Amino acid sequence: MKNKARLFAAMGVLLLFSTGCQHVKPWQRGALADSVMQADRDPLGVAQDEHIFFSREAAFGGRGVGGGGCGCN
Amino acid sequence: MHIEHPKRPLAKLLITSLLLMGAAGQSFAEWKVGDALPDLTAFKLEGKLPDCSNKVLMVDFWASWCTPCAQSFPAMDPLQKKYGEQGFQIIAINVDENRTAMEKFLKKSPAAFAVVRDASQQLVEKAGVSTMPGSFIVDRAGKVRFVHSGFNGKKTEKQYEIEIESLLKK
Repeated sequence: MKNKARLFAAMGVLLLFSTGCQHVKPWQRGALADSVMQADRDPLGVAQDEHIFFSREAAFGGRGVGGGGCGCN
Repeated sequence: MHIEHPKRPLAKLLITSLLLMGAAGQSFAEWKVGDALPDLTAFKLEGKLPDCSNKVLMVDFWASWCTPCAQSFPAMDPLQKKYGEQGFQIIAINVDENRTAMEKFLKKSPAAFAVVRDASQQLVEKAGVSTMPGSFIVDRAGKVRFVHSGFNGKKTEKQYEIEIESLLKK
């Protein structure tokens, strides 16, 4: 009985992952490459935010990674 | 006889399955060196395909939103002009979902080579391009001889020239 429950749980997790994982193919990244998808598209705003975090909270860096998600090169 | 049962068989099955699913999702069956280029007319491409018989081809997959693709266009133009008469043809295959995006791009950067659009994205799927732009240099016999993923400026330009020249000599 316990084994059956485990099996169902495993199958449930498998089902969850098999439907949830979707790799966006390189030629389908048009929407991701759009400028509105970039977190840091306003350099001045980013610099101001960074300054506030740095001076008020003594926090610096850790602000995502470079690139807009286009996946080119 | 004592048979040893594996510990936590379900957990192992689960992890293996997840890893396999991840690997299956990420792998692209990209055209490889030595593969035969399929008949491009079978893919219902929008636009006019040039005469490809007995020519060295460069099949380039690009999109208007892809910055390296925009950088590669000015590099491909001189190649077509320089080697066109020797039997070289560039076929730039656009994979934009939006036709007007392609037209807008071409207005800004006109191309001296053939541009067609793979609206259904069937050909690019078949080519399994791993990085945009993806280009394949094909010899006169229709076999893929060189594969390029992405465009790295002068370095790629130089490689293109070397490869095209080597195939034109044959």
